[in-house]
Amino acid sequence: MNAILTGGFADPSTQSAHAFRALLEAMARPGRIFTVAGAQPPAPISVAAGVALLTLTDSTTPLHLAGAADCEALRGWIGFHTGAPLVPAEQAQFALGRWDALQPVSRFRIGEPSYPDRSATLIVELDRLEPEGARLTGPGIKTEARLSLPETAGFRANRALFPLGLDCILTCGARLAALPRSTIVEDA
Amino acid sequence: MTDQAYNFAYLDEQTKRMIRRALLKALAIPGYQVPFASREMPMPYGWGTGGAQVTAACLTPDDRLKVIDQGADDTTNAVSIRRFFQRTAGVETTERTAEATVIQTRHRIPEQPLSEGQILVYQVPIPEPLRFLEPRETETRKMHELEEYGLMHVKLYEDIARHGEIATAYAYPVRVEGRYVMDPSPIPKFDNPKLAGNPAIQLFGAGREARIYAVPPYSDVVSLDFEDHPFVASKADHECDLCGSAGSYLDEVITDDRGTRMFVCSDTDFCASRQAQGHRGRLSPQGATP
Amino acid sequence: MYVAVKGGERAIDAAHAWLAEERRGDPSVPELTLAQIREQMALAVNRVMAEGSLYDPDLAALAIKQARGDLIEAVFLIRAYRTTLPRFGASRPVDTAAMAVDRRVSATFKDLPGGQVLGPTFDYTHRLLDFALAAEGTPPPAPMAPAPDEPVPHVTGLLDRDGLIERQPAEDTPAPDLTRQPLELPASRALRLQALARADEGFTLSLAYSTQRGYGRTHAFVGELRIGRVAVEVELPELGFAVEIGEVELTECDTVNQFKGSKTEPPQFTRGYGLVMGQSERKAISMSLVDRALRWQELGEDFTGAPAQDEEFVLSHCDNIQSTGFLEHIKLPHYVDFQAELELVRRMRREAVQMQEAAE
Repeated sequence: MNAILTGGFADPSTQSAHAFRALLEAMARPGRIFTVAGAQPPAPISVAAGVALLTLTDSTTPLHLAGAADCEALRGWIGFHTGAPLVPAEQAQFALGRWDALQPVSRFRIGEPSYPDRSATLIVELDRLEPEGARLTGPGIKTEARLSLPETAGFRANRALFPLGLDCILTCGARLAALPRSTIVEDA
Repeated sequence: MTDQAYNFAYLDEQTKRMIRRALLKALAIPGYQVPFASREMPMPYGWGTGGAQVTAACLTPDDRLKVIDQGADDTTNAVSIRRFFQRTAGVETTERTAEATVIQTRHRIPEQPLSEGQILVYQVPIPEPLRFLEPRETETRKMHELEEYGLMHVKLYEDIARHGEIATAYAYPVRVEGRYVMDPSPIPKFDNPKLAGNPAIQLFGAGREARIYAVPPYSDVVSLDFEDHPFVASKADHECDLCGSAGSYLDEVITDDRGTRMFVCSDTDFCASRQAQGHRGRLSPQGATP
Repeated sequence: MYVAVKGGERAIDAAHAWLAEERRGDPSVPELTLAQIREQMALAVNRVMAEGSLYDPDLAALAIKQARGDLIEAVFLIRAYRTTLPRFGASRPVDTAAMAVDRRVSATFKDLPGGQVLGPTFDYTHRLLDFALAAEGTPPPAPMAPAPDEPVPHVTGLLDRDGLIERQPAEDTPAPDLTRQPLELPASRALRLQALARADEGFTLSLAYSTQRGYGRTHAFVGELRIGRVAVEVELPELGFAVEIGEVELTECDTVNQFKGSKTEPPQFTRGYGLVMGQSERKAISMSLVDRALRWQELGEDFTGAPAQDEEFVLSHCDNIQSTGFLEHIKLPHYVDFQAELELVRRMRREAVQMQEAAE
C-alpha cells in the first residue's frame, strides 16, 4: 500500500516543469539522451517512465499497460498519482511496456489522415539506452544521431506511415530519449 | 515575487499537461497544427494568449525569459506579458537574446542567431496559411490532409502576374520538411530564412484559434516560390541610423512633418549591443564613442 | 523623438492609475456597492453571468464595477477568472419542468396547464422615461398571490403526446465541453447549444433576426418562454444519491417551428431551443431561432447560404471575448509588418515608374 502512495512528485508544478523540458528537448532532438528525476514508481518500472507518466498523463488520457508493466502495484500507483484510465491497446493515448510486450504495435492508434496528432505515444522500457547503434536522421537532428534501439524494422515501418504513426519515449533507469514518427532509422 | 494566488506560471497542472501533450505531438509532426483546448487567459485573445500558454507550459523556475514585440523588449505588450510571467512564475527576465532560455515573440525572429537550449515561442494570430484563400476550417483541414497546396501556388502566381513579384511581405508561407505548408506567424519575410536549420526549438501558439505547431531544430523550412521567381528575403535598403548595421531589419521612424525619416534596428537588443561595441550610425550622437 | 516608444513600463503604470481614477469618477459622488449593482443592475449581472459562463451574481457585479459598466469587458474578467477554478464534478441535468416559474408565457396556446404568468416583464410598459426614478424612492409593493402548486408542464411535451412535434428522447451521452476540448466541426447540437448559450447577445440577436427576415427562415412560434429557479443537484459517489447544492435562475425558450414530413412520415412540428443563465429572454429566444436554423441538415432542409444556417460561421464568430480581443489587437504595434509592406510597395512603384519611363 505504501508503495502506491509514495513516489509521486513532491512539488508537482516545479518537478513536472523540469521533467517536461527534458521530454520536450528529447522529442525535439531525437536520439539525444536526457536524465530526469522525481518519480519512484514501483518495480519493475524505471524512474524515467514514472516521470513521463506523472508529467503527461492524467484522468483524461487512456493508458495501456503491457506485459510486466501491467501489475497490481503499478496499476495502484497510476490510479493514485495520475488517475489515468487503463484501457486496451486499441484505445490508448499512452502505452507503457517493454518493446516486445508492446508488440504488435499495429494495435495502437496511428492518428487519422486529417488529425495525425490523434495517435498513441509509447513509453518503451529498455535495458540499455546508449548513443550508439542505429543511425537516426530527420527533423531535430543536425547531421545524424545514434541510438541503441531494440530493432530498426519496426521504426522504419512507422516512419513509412508519416504523417501518421506512433511516437516513442525510450526509458532506461533515470534516462530517456525520444523517437518521433518523423525520424528516419537505419541499421548501424 | 510570485503571486501565491495562482499556480506556478498561472495555468493549473492539468491544463499544462494538455498543452504539453500537444507540444510533443507538434514536434513529432513538424508544421502540422495540433488542436488544443486553449484556455481563456487574463489578456485578450489576439494579444498573445497562445504564445503565453505555450510559454507557461514550457517554463521552469530556472529559466530566463525574454519577451519581444516587433523585435523590441520595451513595447507595451511585451512589457505587459513579461510582467505577467514575473508575477505568476517569478522567473528571471532578460533583454539579452544570448542570455535568454525562453523567448516569446510577436512578429520577429531575433537578429542574433539562436542556439541549442533556447526555445523561441511565437504568438500566432491566424495559424492557417490557407485561411485567406479558403475561410472554412473543414476545407483547409482536408487540403492539408491531401497535400493539396495548389491554391496557394495559384495565389502566389497571380501576384506575379499582377505585380511582377510575389506581393506577400510578411506571414510568408513556408513548407516544413517537405510536408505541411505552415504560416510562420506575421514575421517579415526577411526573417524566413532563420526558420530553417535553426538550432533552437521553435514553438507556435494560437490561442483564439486553439492551435499549436512546431518546427524542430535543424528542420528543413522552405519559403514557397517559383524557379523563375525565387524567394528574396528583402528589407528596407538602408543602414541603421543608430548602430550602422546594414544587415538587420529596420523600423522606419518619421521624425518631423516634412517627411524626414530615420531607420533603426527593430531588434532593440541587437542595436544596443552593437552600439555598446562602438558601432555608430548616421545619426549617432557625435563624439559619443565609449 | 525616437525615444517616444521607450518607457512602455512607465506608460502602463500611469495608464492603470489613470484608469482607476476614471473608474471611480467624481469622488464626491458616493461609490457604488456590489449589492447595489447586483440588485439594481440585475439584467446586466445576468448577461455577464450568461456570457461569462459562471453563475455568481456577486462576482458578476464586481466585474461590472471593475469594467466601468463595459459588459463585454466584465464578461472577459469573469471568463479569465473562471478558467482558473478547479472542477469538482458535473451536476445532473437540471429539470426545467420542475422550475419555480416567475414568468411563463406561451404564444401558441391561449391557456394551458400551469397558466400564462406574465411576471416582471418590460413587455407592456410604455417606454416613457420615468422622471420620478431620477429621485430615490421605494416603489409600492406589488400585489401578491399564493404560489401555485400545480405543475407547469412544457408545451412541447403537450404537443409530443399527440405526436405533433418531433420526438426528442433524453440522451445519456455526456455533453461535450467547449471550454475543455477544442472546437471540432461538424459540431453536435449539444456543442452548438453550449456555444450559443455563452455567445454574444447582440450577435445571436442579429442572426435570429436575419432568419425572421428570410435568411434561413424557420417560421418560429414561441411555444413557451419560462424564467425561474431550478435546483442544481450533484451525485455524490460516496452517498450513492444526488444532493441539492443550490439553485440557479434560468431562462428557457422552446420554439415550435415549421413542420417536416414526407410521403411516408406524417408532418410534425420541429423544435428550436434556448437556455440561458439568469433572466435573459431576448438571448434565449434568439438562441432558439439560431439553433433551429442550424439544424437544416438534420431535418433534411436546403442550405440556402444564410449566415444563420452556417455552423462554422456561427460558431467561429459568436464569442465576444474572442472577437473583441482579435478586433482590438489591430491597435497593437504592427510596424514590422507595415514596414515590410512599405518596402514592397515602394519597390513595386519604383519598378513600375522605371518600366513606364523605358516605354516612353
